[in-house]
Amino acid sequence: MHIPDGFLSANTWVPAWIISAGGLGFCLKKVGTVLKDKTVPLMGVVSAFVFAAQMLNFPVIGGTSGHLLGGVLAAVLLGPYAGAISIAVILTIQCIIFQDGGLTALGANIFNMSFIGTIGGFYAYKIIKSIVAGNTGILVSAAIAAWLSVVAASSGCAIELSLSGTSPLRVALPAMAGIHALIGIGESIITCMVVSFVLKVRPDLVYNE
Amino acid sequence: MDRREISFGLLIAVLLALTLSPFASQWPDGLEKVAEDKGFIEKGEVESSFVSPIPDYAWPGIKNKKLATSIAGVFGTILLFGMGCGLAKLLKRNVY
Repeated sequence: MHIPDGFLSANTWVPAWIISAGGLGFCLKKVGTVLKDKTVPLMGVVSAFVFAAQMLNFPVIGGTSGHLLGGVLAAVLLGPYAGAISIAVILTIQCIIFQDGGLTALGANIFNMSFIGTIGGFYAYKIIKSIVAGNTGILVSAAIAAWLSVVAASSGCAIELSLSGTSPLRVALPAMAGIHALIGIGESIITCMVVSFVLKVRPDLVYNE
Repeated sequence: MDRREISFGLLIAVLLALTLSPFASQWPDGLEKVAEDKGFIEKGEVESSFVSPIPDYAWPGIKNKKLATSIAGVFGTILLFGMGCGLAKLLKRNVY
């Protein structure tokens, strides 16, 4: 759901840039206190993995493809702030180096995927995890939060499209949320596979604070 | 994470990019599909304000499209690994 240039009008992308810049500043400030020695290479590995996985579009339905967003996966391992920064760095590199997602739309893309998808997704994960205990709880919460994060991020995208006058909300919202409800199933499966692997080999790498 | 674990994690990511990225689905993604169906896809057909070095995940100058994608994917994966580690190291130091 990388928004290209042209989809958003200035009344939407300018505020989105400002909010995202401020939000990232807040994350950068908060993250210093939670980063530990073990998180340094983990942030590298997670960023590399999510970037690679975002290239792997899988077919969904009716000639549509989807790929991992990776926000909840990043947040489950790195915590919400480092996770959001990791996704924002991926989005920035994709925009500048690979021309994926517009430069004007980068603020909105970071807002949708880093803030709604990663930080929002993390708190969904945290709330569900407080109800279901143990490793099962971690997996169930990650799966549900992963699905929610994709649907919520795509809904954010739909709202921005409507604010820009590109597509009315009553058209864009059901269309975006509908197709991403399917893509979100892939998100849940991949997130669960990776998290269950980490739980098996290095359970201490799951963020726990 | 020790060196072995870091290498293993990075290797998985690099292998995914190397072997699977050329075979990723070419169908439009969720947003593109909605834009096509709802008739606003042409709004995105604007001239880019800058030139990306590796546009559309295809390493420039390589005729074989699958190979070009593969190389671009591996490059990006390693770049993100470096940036992730570098940024985390930088941010962690700020505490002290």
